[in-house]
Amino acid sequence: MLKLPVYLDNNATTPMDPRVLETMIPYFMENFGNAASRNHPFGWAAEEAVDYAREQVAQLIGADPKEIIFTSGATEGDNLAIKGVYEMYASKGNHIITVTTEHKAVLDTCKHIEKTGGEVTYLQVKEDGLIDIKELEAAIKPTTILISIMYANNEVGVIQPIKEIAALAKKNGVLFFSDATQAVGKIPVDVIKDGIDLMTFTGHKMYGPKGIGALYVRRKNPRVKVTAQMDGGGHERGMRSGTLNVPGIAGFGKACELCRLEMDKDAAHTSVLRDKLENALCQIEESYVNGNKEHRLPHVANISFKHVEGEGLLMGFNKNIALSSGSACTSASLEPSYVLKALGLGDDLAHSSLRFGLSRFTTEEQIDYTIEQITNTVLKLRDMSPLWEMYKEGIDLNSIEWAHH
Amino acid sequence: MAYSDKVIDHYSNPKNVGTLDKASKSVGTGLVGAPECGDVMRLQIEVDDATGIIKDAKFKTFGCGSAIASSSLATEWLKGKTVDQAVTIDNMDIVEELNLPPVKIHCSVLAEDAIKAAINDYRVKNGLEQLVFEEKGVH
Repeated sequence: MLKLPVYLDNNATTPMDPRVLETMIPYFMENFGNAASRNHPFGWAAEEAVDYAREQVAQLIGADPKEIIFTSGATEGDNLAIKGVYEMYASKGNHIITVTTEHKAVLDTCKHIEKTGGEVTYLQVKEDGLIDIKELEAAIKPTTILISIMYANNEVGVIQPIKEIAALAKKNGVLFFSDATQAVGKIPVDVIKDGIDLMTFTGHKMYGPKGIGALYVRRKNPRVKVTAQMDGGGHERGMRSGTLNVPGIAGFGKACELCRLEMDKDAAHTSVLRDKLENALCQIEESYVNGNKEHRLPHVANISFKHVEGEGLLMGFNKNIALSSGSACTSASLEPSYVLKALGLGDDLAHSSLRFGLSRFTTEEQIDYTIEQITNTVLKLRDMSPLWEMYKEGIDLNSIEWAHH
Repeated sequence: MAYSDKVIDHYSNPKNVGTLDKASKSVGTGLVGAPECGDVMRLQIEVDDATGIIKDAKFKTFGCGSAIASSSLATEWLKGKTVDQAVTIDNMDIVEELNLPPVKIHCSVLAEDAIKAAINDYRVKNGLEQLVFEEKGVH
């Protein structure tokens, strides 16, 4: 029997794996110690748990445990990496290169840096969501200190050419930071093979707890340092003060270990279901997959249904299926997704998109149900859509003079 | 966001979805909104030439649940009214009836605009002057 509601918003957050919860529980009451307490068994037990988790986290991304800085999550990691590099390397330059489709935690951090006198270049993406490596090369200047480009996009799931970006950064003596929040745990990420200098990721996108993440900071070739953004006890090699979240860290470590061991299985499972979902929904007339289909996360799909509006579409089933719309229509601004707009989608398609994020817990029954519900709702709303009627009559919607608000 | 029961009801069972013959002299059509704003409403009225009573009203809407509900409700209210009575329908009546939250008030404004546009289309077709309405400006 299908249990409702179905959860397909795993790019927002994943449920925790029960094995992760089990790992965390002893660190709330039995082993509650402060990992920085060096003089008693409570502290030792906590420190041991942190050390073990640090190894689990490092192993997932091919790093040395010493290169892992625990944070509260990806947003903090983005802030610490970008502001930290900007401040630490101020004598070398003040120019940062990023991309228009980055997460707000990166874009708004860059905006902050612009206000304090830094210079930021925002690269456009191609229609498939990938950057043009030549444009990146052309944007590098003698004052460039950092390239900040996400590993995989949170809305469309496209995977950027990380190795090429890293090679370009290295050739020009520029540091490369990647927000890998959606990629780590889902696809193989290896900071050495990929050539990444700094990288952020978080527990709750990979079946771990919320409120715990990590920033990878390279220690060799080159040795990278970031200026701390919080002053205090000098934890995490002085880069991130604050008492360590021991249960969170233990859970995050376990989540990383499970992702490393089960990644192939998870990816095979989600990609089969994702493809089934995508193929079925593309049977609907005038539906389009957004973003590059080849260089893409295995569990993500972003589909636009022309001439129906995203929020209206969600309303047809959002009691029973948890999904997100590319359209941020609930805000007063009525602006559709800036990521989809950056891919060159017209407002009509950008307003009509759904983002699907599957997980290791998604079942075929859930996908079948989703296909049926969405198909029915799209067809029903098109019967109600004046745009669909005009399209069917062969009227060019661009030829109409709309009363813009 | 939680929708009111009335919005959900109109969304699930919209009243008067459809198309009237826009070439007919007794039909007035109003098309308002824009695809890039995420809302387009088309509202049509069919007027009994002898009595001036709106004998049928239909809508089609591209938009969120509140936009669909606003236009569905508008068609219900229009039927049986004279054109002169229809002019007086105010967007705030729709807001009240559907319990629309502040961010959705523009949906009701759009419905009011659609009613007025349909009435003016009917008037022009029948050799009458267009009525001039005050801008609501809450879009």
